[in-house]
Formats: sequence, C-alpha cells, structure tokens
Amino acid sequence: MSELKSGSNLEKVLNAGYFAFTGECGPPKGANVEHLTEKFKFLKGNVDAVNITDNQTAVVRMSSLAASALLVQEGMEANFQMVCRDRNRLAMMADILGAHALGIRNMLCLSGDHQTFGNHPEAKNVHDIDSMQLIRLVKTMREGKFMNGDDIDVPPKMFIGAACNPFADPYEYRVYRLANKIEAGADFIQTQCIFNMEKFRDFMKKVVDMGLHEKCYILAGVTPMKNAGMANFMSKFVPGMDIPDDLIKRLKSVDKRDQSEEGIKFALEQIEEFKEMEGVAGVHLMAIEWEHKVPEIAERAKVLPRPQM
Amino acid sequence: MIIAERKPLDEIKSMVEGFDKVLVIGCGTCVSVCLAGGSKEVSTLISELRLAFGNAKPEFGAETLKRQCDMEFLSELDVIANDYDAFLSMACGAGIQFLAERFPEKPVFPAVNTTSIGVNRDVGVYEENCRACGTCVLGVTGGICPVTTCAKGLFNGPCGGTNQTSCEINPDQPCAWYKIYERLEKQGRLDLITEITPANNWVNQTPRTTIQPGYEERAAALKE
Repeated sequence: MSELKSGSNLEKVLNAGYFAFTGECGPPKGANVEHLTEKFKFLKGNVDAVNITDNQTAVVRMSSLAASALLVQEGMEANFQMVCRDRNRLAMMADILGAHALGIRNMLCLSGDHQTFGNHPEAKNVHDIDSMQLIRLVKTMREGKFMNGDDIDVPPKMFIGAACNPFADPYEYRVYRLANKIEAGADFIQTQCIFNMEKFRDFMKKVVDMGLHEKCYILAGVTPMKNAGMANFMSKFVPGMDIPDDLIKRLKSVDKRDQSEEGIKFALEQIEEFKEMEGVAGVHLMAIEWEHKVPEIAERAKVLPRPQM
Repeated sequence: MIIAERKPLDEIKSMVEGFDKVLVIGCGTCVSVCLAGGSKEVSTLISELRLAFGNAKPEFGAETLKRQCDMEFLSELDVIANDYDAFLSMACGAGIQFLAERFPEKPVFPAVNTTSIGVNRDVGVYEENCRACGTCVLGVTGGICPVTTCAKGLFNGPCGGTNQTSCEINPDQPCAWYKIYERLEKQGRLDLITEITPANNWVNQTPRTTIQPGYEERAAALKE
C-alpha cells in the first residue's frame, strides 16, 4: 500500500484495491437542510463518497461547500465539486482551505456548465483558471504552496478528482486531455454518464494502452434511466451526451410502468461489465433526483457492504 | 477592427430629449466599416430622430470625423462645439470617451453599443475573435483564440459539452477547441495538445496604457 495523499475514505478504498462505488447528491434550491439530510440517508453506507454538485446546470443552489460540510456532519464522506465558472483563484483557494478545515477530503475539479443554461443567464462567468489549472492548483496546495508560491501553514490534503467525457468530440483528443489531467495532478477520474458501451470499451482500450489506468483510478459514470422520455431528453438537450438509439428502443420496448426497471437493469449490466473491464477501478452512480433508488441499485449490483476502512 | 451596433432608437431618443441642439458625430474608421457609425449611419439616425420628435426640439447637426480616438481629428470640432448643447457620438466606446475628454463641459451620449474586436465575415456580418487579454496564445492554438471563441475561455482543450463540432451554448457556435484540434492536425502539430498551459496572467484587469519603444526618447527630443 503506497502512502496516502489525503487519507480520505475513497482514497483508502481505492488504494486497498476494492472496486469503488460513489454516489451523487444535488443540494436544494433553498436553505433546506432537512431535504438534504433526507437524501443523504439513502446514500449512507451504500457508497464510499458522495459527490456534492456545484450549482449544476448553472442553476443556483445551496453552495456545494456548505452541503459537503453538512454531509460530513452526518458522518459521511463528501466529494466536493468545484466549478471554474463561479469563483476566481482567490475564492477557490479560500474555499479549498475552508473545505479541508470542515473535514472534506475529496474534490472534483470541473469547468462547469455555461451560465446560459441556467437560471441566471445574464451572469458574468469567471473562468479565471480552467479545470486543468484547478487540478494543478489543488495539488500545489496539497504540497503546501499557494498559486503564487507562498507557503501554506497547514496544507489542505485533498484526494483530487477530475472529469472525463469520452463521448464529446473530438474523440481522438479525449484520451490526451485525460492524460493531461493526470499529469496536472488528478488522483481519480469520474467519467461522464456512459450509455454507449461500445465507444467506452474502445476508449478504455486507449487508456490502458497508454498506461493511464496505472497512474490514476478511473470510475465509470453510470446513470440509471427512469424512462424512455428521460433518455430522449438527455440525448437531445444535455450537451456531450451519447445515448445510442438501441438503448432508447430497449426502454420503449417495455410497458411504461416497467421502463424504470428496464433502466435499472441496463445500469446493473453496465456495472457488471465495469467490474471486469481492464482499467476501471469503480463506478460513480449518478442517480439524478433518484437518490432513494441507490440502496436498491447498490444491493442488486452486489457492491454491498461497502468496505470499512 | 472594433465592432459596434446602433442602440435602439427609443433609447437614443430618451437620451437626447430636452436638449435644444444636438450634434450627431460619426467616426470614419472601424464603425464606418462595420456599418454602425459612419457618415451614412449619422444621416439615417438623424432622419429617424427627426421623424420621432416631429417638429419639436432638438435640432440636429451632423459631422463625421476621420477618427474619434485621436485628438488631432477631435480638434476639428472646436469651432462648432459651442453651437450645440449635447453630443451624440456614434464612435466606439474609446472614441466616445475621447470626445467627452475633449469637451468636458458638454454632455456626450453613446448612440452605439461597442460589442467586440472582430473581423468582417461578410458585409453586415462581424465576428468577435479577440478580447485584448494582453497575453496572446495564438501561436500554440493554431491561430484560433480560445479566450474569445471558447465560451468558457478554456486554455487546455475542449470541455465535456462539445456537441459534435459545436459549442454547448448553441449549435451555430463552433467549438473553439474542435477547430483548434482540426487546425493543429492539418499542420502536423498535434503534439501541442499534450502540453498543459498554466494559469493565465490577466493583465487586462487594470486600465492599460501602452508605451511603444522609443516613445520616451522621441518625446524628450521634441521638448528640447
């Protein structure tokens, strides 16, 4: 076992060679703590860490830092998401220090959806630094330095996550961008929701050929479809999504009442394949506004009980 | 060149309402080329304003200077300035400010919104492609600016939102990094995408004055 970088639960699970299983939770559109802790209950004990999204789809919500801290208070592990859209480098460094002080040990560094998608499209975005530079910044801070080279008295030791979308064009670029993120300091990767398994197999082959899986843990992104309508919507309106027609057909082929079960079945088949796929170190389950299904999916995916580190 | 577009007539009308005599001042350089504020647009605007105000005041005069971003040309207005009680400038934001500096006692109003630094794609179609960030990276991005043409101003490749060849914000907006990738591929320079570009030094966050080499010596020599 190599020396731990952050000592987070997720790092320990991956470092010990377990197949990781992470979940996700979007903070509420309000200061509604009850709503959040209610959703946490479905995730507790069923995942190794919970991603707390940061104003996802550029819609204002409770801050990801505050929601991550609330999660930690519940005795759970947060994966604090930070986007480059809303903070400049000063705010980022301040929040990274604050996150560590509040017991947060994992971070996911993202560009962030463009504000024109969200509920304040008139906003000015920041993008002082990009996600690549943010990954490097979190690593620099872990090593005890601010971006300007000044010393940090107590460095925030974060387990550094990054995203990867193998399905967005130009496809050939994606594996090199992934390599750069690892070079910049990413310890683990959570991929965009995977639906096109054929393309993902090809992508992972490239990843393995370049030896990237040996430098970084890759968690495959899984989103169970609630119905054919959701698949259609995501295919048409969510940028960077690749949803094969076969999957939409498969969901449509069953009665409307059974489509959610069919969606879960597809997710379970994916998870089974990921367990065996070379280079895949775990699954990141994004059950969007479907947190209450996580216990059932984890159970049926045979990833329970989660290792106690 | 600098691109501008004329403000809506109602907005312009409300700015000059109540004045007796207003001088509408065009600019003969960038805004003329992009059909926003040259002599032709000055005439059109005055016709529209006269129609909108009917026979009521203000009265309008017309002038188009070679450049409003140059005192040498602004000084041409010195002799007629006192005939007017307000100026309506059709120059870019820089020109409007220089005009206001030349005549600090005179209310100056903008008749255009300055939109960008861009190029002439077709007569009437102007594309933004420079944000004057002050630290040009075009040499490593195949001559395509990611600061301007990527909606997130990314320095290290395309985000996950690329929609085939388009940006996530709009199918009509090409993805800057898709274009950069294509361009570098054609040039056989794809090795550049394996380099990580460090955080930018945003030198455009304070007002900038550019002093070219040799200026100080020249100024000193002129003084003597």
